[in-house]
Amino acid sequence: MTVTATTRTRAGTITGILALILIAGAMALPAVASRSLIQDLFFILTMLTLAQLWNLLAGYGGMVSVGQQAFVGIGAYAMFAGVILWGIDPVLAIPLGGIAALALAIPTAFFAFRLQGAYFAIGTWVIAEVTRLLIAQWKALGGGTGTSLPREATSDIIGVETIRTIFEVREAAARDILAYWLALALAVLTIAAIYTLLRSRLGLALAAVRDNIEAAKSVGVDARRVRWAVFLVAAVMTGLTGALIYVQTARISPDAAFSVTDWTAYVIFIVVIGGIGRIEGPILGVLVFWGLQTALADYGAWYLLTLGLIAIAVMLFAPRGLWGLISDRTGLQLFPVQRRLTGTATKGGMHD
Amino acid sequence: MNWLDIIVQGVLLGGLYALFATGLSLVFGIMRLVNLAHGDLIVFAAFGILLAVSTLGLNPFLAALLAAPVMFALGWALQRYVLNRVLGKDILPPLLVTFGLSVALQNGLLQAFSADTRRIPAGALEGGSLNLGVVTVGWMPLLTFASAVLVILALNRIFYATALGRAFRATSDDPVTASLMGLDPKGVFAMATGIAMVVVTVAALYLGMRANFDPSIGPARLIYAFEAVIIGGLGSLWGTLAGGIIIGVAQTLGAAINPEWQILAGHLAFLLVLLIRPRGLFPRAVD
Repeated sequence: MTVTATTRTRAGTITGILALILIAGAMALPAVASRSLIQDLFFILTMLTLAQLWNLLAGYGGMVSVGQQAFVGIGAYAMFAGVILWGIDPVLAIPLGGIAALALAIPTAFFAFRLQGAYFAIGTWVIAEVTRLLIAQWKALGGGTGTSLPREATSDIIGVETIRTIFEVREAAARDILAYWLALALAVLTIAAIYTLLRSRLGLALAAVRDNIEAAKSVGVDARRVRWAVFLVAAVMTGLTGALIYVQTARISPDAAFSVTDWTAYVIFIVVIGGIGRIEGPILGVLVFWGLQTALADYGAWYLLTLGLIAIAVMLFAPRGLWGLISDRTGLQLFPVQRRLTGTATKGGMHD
Repeated sequence: MNWLDIIVQGVLLGGLYALFATGLSLVFGIMRLVNLAHGDLIVFAAFGILLAVSTLGLNPFLAALLAAPVMFALGWALQRYVLNRVLGKDILPPLLVTFGLSVALQNGLLQAFSADTRRIPAGALEGGSLNLGVVTVGWMPLLTFASAVLVILALNRIFYATALGRAFRATSDDPVTASLMGLDPKGVFAMATGIAMVVVTVAALYLGMRANFDPSIGPARLIYAFEAVIIGGLGSLWGTLAGGIIIGVAQTLGAAINPEWQILAGHLAFLLVLLIRPRGLFPRAVD
């Protein structure tokens, strides 16, 4: 008989089918949903994407970056540059965000990979600050005060006219629907890519490097290559997300686009509360985050105060997050990445 | 443009950054803990001092003296009941807990004191300066720098001439062996964080008297402080002072060329040092 290692489980298969139904439903949602729901979902989906990427970096790759806002900001500014300086359609300018993030990520990685642990965290943060301060010098894009997308650029975004006729909505609502669809596509793509990655050889190598870099190297894992690959992929996707967020916002400033609170602190809280090192974690985390934000919307600073305290409590009492609690109780894995041996042992030992 | 003047002002500014950094350096050197809430704790202490000055009508120095034991107790308890529970080989949990604390502190202060900028009134000290012929230096920057040197002297005295200091050094080098020798690393850590909070109080005093502050400025102070610690090298307090001075001089030089480049120049100096010497200039302990 043959013993094989597999990551397939029944819960995983069911999740796959449910996910397809959910995605189909989400695509059709603008036909019935209100504009504010679409905007909320846009926020949830983009935060989910950022959280999945940070989770990939920190939870799987062991790279605790406090500087991911650098890639959100540079991605958003590249998109603005494409629209304002070169007259590209905002949606078509989104890939520029990915390219710019890649261009920034390469020197950042050269520098940051020389640093370990906490040095890495602060190093990435400083690089994000340097990028923010340099971008604030770019007078053509509004310098320190920022700028808006010109009306002529936002008025005929590709595809908006078609959405208007299909759903019979105003132009602004049609733009929100377009942004929502793109966010949905980005989130699904990111989760699918991370899931595929973690089930591949590279994913196994990644976990090995995170758990014990020396041991991983000793069995032939090219730790450097693995970390580079993950860091660059996360940066590009974060850059694309940043560009998309600012297509929807249509107004940018260095302080907002490079905000450590908005693009890193929130993201970290989402991952921590949901459960770090699990694909399910950020999904659960973003829902809790959004629920809290909605419930405490009228209480100003209390909301962030609560969020900070919850993150501390989770780290102290449930370090693997809410999903960790659920999965410990039920053994449930919606996105199984663990390899299990299948097959039955024959009498007298194992042989083919 | 008087270059000597710029450099002297930069060195004195470095004293302030060294004060921000010394508490962080102490904690980081002993337990490899990165306290991301360090900057917010400085701002928190500054509000505490301000409160004592405005409600009790105390002199700011006296208010700081009053705040110091409170901050010590808070630091001790924070370490004992929260941070010790998450310390370990994995650096992620303490990083995340202190990040949570940072956000909670910032917003707690925002709720309590609003976003208005404040300043601790320092009386006659505020505008006074000393003419040294070639350069003129303000009393306040001079006092800040002297305090930084005094704080480091006192800490080094604790480090190298007391039983507590021996415990600090032993735990820094190897907590497991230290505990075999009868030390309680968790108790040692709690003392270290308590002392770091006393240094934070001193830093807060000068932060508040020298310039305006508001609840949101903590993270930037944390970055300057951490840059100074890393430039100086792990476990070296004089190195931290040198690091603060490098950041300070880089900032005043940058500002002299273009006022918008002040902060940028400090960060670039940090990146440059790190590129050449990833472990800092004077590392004492191994990471």
